[in-house]
Amino acid sequence: MSEMKFKTLVGLEIHAELATASKMFCGCTTTYGGDVNTHCCPICLGLPGTLPVVNKRAIEFAIQTGLAFNAKIAKKSKMDRKNYFYPDLVKAFQISQYDMPLCEHGHVDIETASGKKRIGIERIHIEEDTGKSLHAEDGSSLLDYNRCGVPLIEIVTLPDMSSAEEAGAFLELLKSTLEYIEVSDCKMEQGSLRCDVNVNVVSEDGTVKSNIAEIKNLNSFKAAMKAIEFETKRHIELLERGENTLKETRRWDDAKNETFHMRTKEFVQDYRYFPEPDIVDFEIDADWIERLELELPELPEARKHRFISAYGIPEYDAGVLTSTRQMADYFETLVNSVGDGKLASNWIMTELMRRLKDEGLELGALRFTVEQFAELIAMVKDGTLNQNAAKKVFRRLFEEGGEPKAIVEAEGLVQTSDTGLIKDTVDSVLSANPQSVEDYKNGKDRAFGFLVGQVMKASKGKANPQVVNELLAEALKNL
Amino acid sequence: MKNKMYEWTLHEARQALRDGQVTSVALTEAIFERIEAVEPKIDAFITLLKEEALESARAADAAFARGEDLGDLHGVPIAIKDNMCTTGIPTTCASKMLENFRPPYDGTVVAKLKAAGAVIVGKTNLDEFAMGSSTENSAFKVTRNPWNTDYVPGGSSGGSAASVSAGAAYASLGSDTGGSIRQPASLCGLVGLKPTYGLVSRYGLVAFASSLDQIGPFTKDVEDCAIMMNAIAGYDVKDGTSIQQEKPDYKAALIDDVKGLRIGLPKEFFGEGIAQEVKDAVHAAAKIYETLGATVEEVSIPNAGYALPIYYIIASSECSSNLARFDGVRYGFRAPEFEDFNDLFAKTRTQGFGEEVKRRIMLGTYALSSGYYDAYYNKAMKVRTLLKQDFDRAFESVDVLLTPTSPTVAFKIGEKTDNPLEMYMSDICTVPINIAGVPAMSLPCGFSEGLPIGMQLIGKHFDEKTILRAAYAYEQHTGYAQQRPSL
Repeated sequence: MSEMKFKTLVGLEIHAELATASKMFCGCTTTYGGDVNTHCCPICLGLPGTLPVVNKRAIEFAIQTGLAFNAKIAKKSKMDRKNYFYPDLVKAFQISQYDMPLCEHGHVDIETASGKKRIGIERIHIEEDTGKSLHAEDGSSLLDYNRCGVPLIEIVTLPDMSSAEEAGAFLELLKSTLEYIEVSDCKMEQGSLRCDVNVNVVSEDGTVKSNIAEIKNLNSFKAAMKAIEFETKRHIELLERGENTLKETRRWDDAKNETFHMRTKEFVQDYRYFPEPDIVDFEIDADWIERLELELPELPEARKHRFISAYGIPEYDAGVLTSTRQMADYFETLVNSVGDGKLASNWIMTELMRRLKDEGLELGALRFTVEQFAELIAMVKDGTLNQNAAKKVFRRLFEEGGEPKAIVEAEGLVQTSDTGLIKDTVDSVLSANPQSVEDYKNGKDRAFGFLVGQVMKASKGKANPQVVNELLAEALKNL
Repeated sequence: MKNKMYEWTLHEARQALRDGQVTSVALTEAIFERIEAVEPKIDAFITLLKEEALESARAADAAFARGEDLGDLHGVPIAIKDNMCTTGIPTTCASKMLENFRPPYDGTVVAKLKAAGAVIVGKTNLDEFAMGSSTENSAFKVTRNPWNTDYVPGGSSGGSAASVSAGAAYASLGSDTGGSIRQPASLCGLVGLKPTYGLVSRYGLVAFASSLDQIGPFTKDVEDCAIMMNAIAGYDVKDGTSIQQEKPDYKAALIDDVKGLRIGLPKEFFGEGIAQEVKDAVHAAAKIYETLGATVEEVSIPNAGYALPIYYIIASSECSSNLARFDGVRYGFRAPEFEDFNDLFAKTRTQGFGEEVKRRIMLGTYALSSGYYDAYYNKAMKVRTLLKQDFDRAFESVDVLLTPTSPTVAFKIGEKTDNPLEMYMSDICTVPINIAGVPAMSLPCGFSEGLPIGMQLIGKHFDEKTILRAAYAYEQHTGYAQQRPSL
């Protein structure tokens, strides 16, 4: 049995809070946070006598999600009640969808080191979020219902992913797509995106397989990937010992990097689903779907391919630049001013992203405008600044903000291409470094670089490197 | 006009106000005097709102003095069933579970009555959470029939019926899930209307069975019913099942003319279990209609016999879910001692609900359970569709249907409390109407041993006007609406 090879099967269930202004069935705000129990009203608190009225925008966001994932949109749909008792569930039922979800049979193509792969989406349905239990130190539970009634979509994939990498790639693509179409802000740390993993392994000949384990409490994509790796290993080890996994729900322990048993699924909870009598069934006609489709922006995959062909940038760069809609929009605005896709891409990919990452900043928090950034790049393009000087200006821009031209003037960074001036510097550098000149003559190419560096240094970085190169080569030839 | 103010109809009281013959304060004081006299005998109210009512009455009088007139309810004392939410005022549903519950909002009908200047005198008794046919299932008191206090007033809106019948309010609101307005109206000799599902907003009505519940009025005569309907009907953005359409003037339907009106007698409503004196009274009413120029023919609602079983599946299923929120966590009763939250739920619900409510929650929970859903709930919903089609077909050849309301006149207190199934039979003529969603009215059509008999007029969807016209014409040619109990 130890010779047996196993394949991992991973399916995901993702809950995303929809970025509608108001809750699913009442007018309360969906804003995250706030003092406990201040974003509530009799309706979302499920007080006796209240009735839910569907937020049409939430339905539209769910349909748009379906369209973005190539799903079939139901012509007729309805809401159902999922009944269970829990302190954070105010009506003791969740208004959800059971047998007639809004969207079914979608798919999306992911890309990993092992190539392209199509991942099937079984269904996307809409439901309301629950409140939150807060556990006090004395063991009592307190309840915050601010989140209660916020619209959610649940996205269920087929078990089409066969590794942690694939699941990670899927989740990244899912997140960027939801952000692109602006239906969710996808903040895992605020719980607006939550993910459960179903995983099992099956022998390549299909004769041996483990029971599916569901993993909850995954607070990051990284945790989801680590949990899949952990489970894959655990399942294979058990099968190899001739044992099997339990049908169970497990929790991820981020500190210990392992999963642990939460509850078995031997006794499946009976949710007694039935159609929500307070909400009439809804029909979704072709015109409505068409209107929603027209509202959709260009999706990340399409945009990436357009960036490659329109701006001539490498696929990797295009992928990075389109990973969020904000970044892609930023890039396109920059290109429009600079008129050079490669140059704009390089500046974003190297300087801007590095600093953003180091400082842990978002694009929105920049101290300079995209127009100011474009101005800086334009000065590189027209030879006013050399690369080093431009980097200095960028640093000032990033740290303090300001007008690039004013910074250049204040720091005296304008590049000089004055051949007379550079020639004098070249001559003095050559006479000051006879050993290097000797080395160069003896065929040591490295000496040339050193001499260029010395000239640049002597010009305080203002000399045009291209002119320096030319004049230095000429001077050495003439020696 | 009668001598005593409390004996007036709503429209008589309103006319007296308009004529300046009485003030709203005088009217309200007369009503409270009457309440103090009869309440010890009938126990119609759970909460009385004398101070608030007098304040509303003073406001109404001040408005009249300024020449204002908010309409036919302005300054008139009205009672409300205690399952409709009233801001800051206990809304108990006659349950220990909500004994101390004061809603932070007004239900839509309550808000409409207030906006119309009505004087709300109190909240009336009911079977706990509107589940019952006798008002004996209240956690607080048993309401008695003003015609004979040894008898039940019917239910579940027994307090609303008894209050109007006894002159303790000029009109009241009830709710009707399977007959809870019409059956007590019948047993107390009143006009009671269950409107078309979706005509009156349910927002603020504590739900029993969401797909069947409707709010409607109890009044002393048909004109008063039209006045109440004008006040409470209409689309409400807060109720997703309320229908958006132009609101008719129901008073315009009060025409004493039924010539050419086609009346159907569905034979299934005159079968076994219907007392002979009830059948006779309804047939006598049909004869009167014929003499007034209407045509009467026998029709059929073939699936009527399934109405009661499917009603108990659908209503119980929905109630098992609607009443699940009473868990002791946020408001209402909470068991004093518990181990953990599951124990809190179990103990709170065991101690907080009465027997009938628990019986229906269990029935509904069972019917919705995995493995039974298709056999019960799903099948019941299919039969529901068939029953609706039966009514549609019947209305192809007739304009209204005429049936008994209750199979018998009022029964004695305690007579059926030990036999739930027999109690459920009280609604045999009324439940099919809720299942089909059509409107129906009960109005008095006779007496048997001093107890009123009611007949039921059933109309097409949103055709309350034809019911009102047929009822008005009948009332103009009979004397039952003038009868008052001698309490």
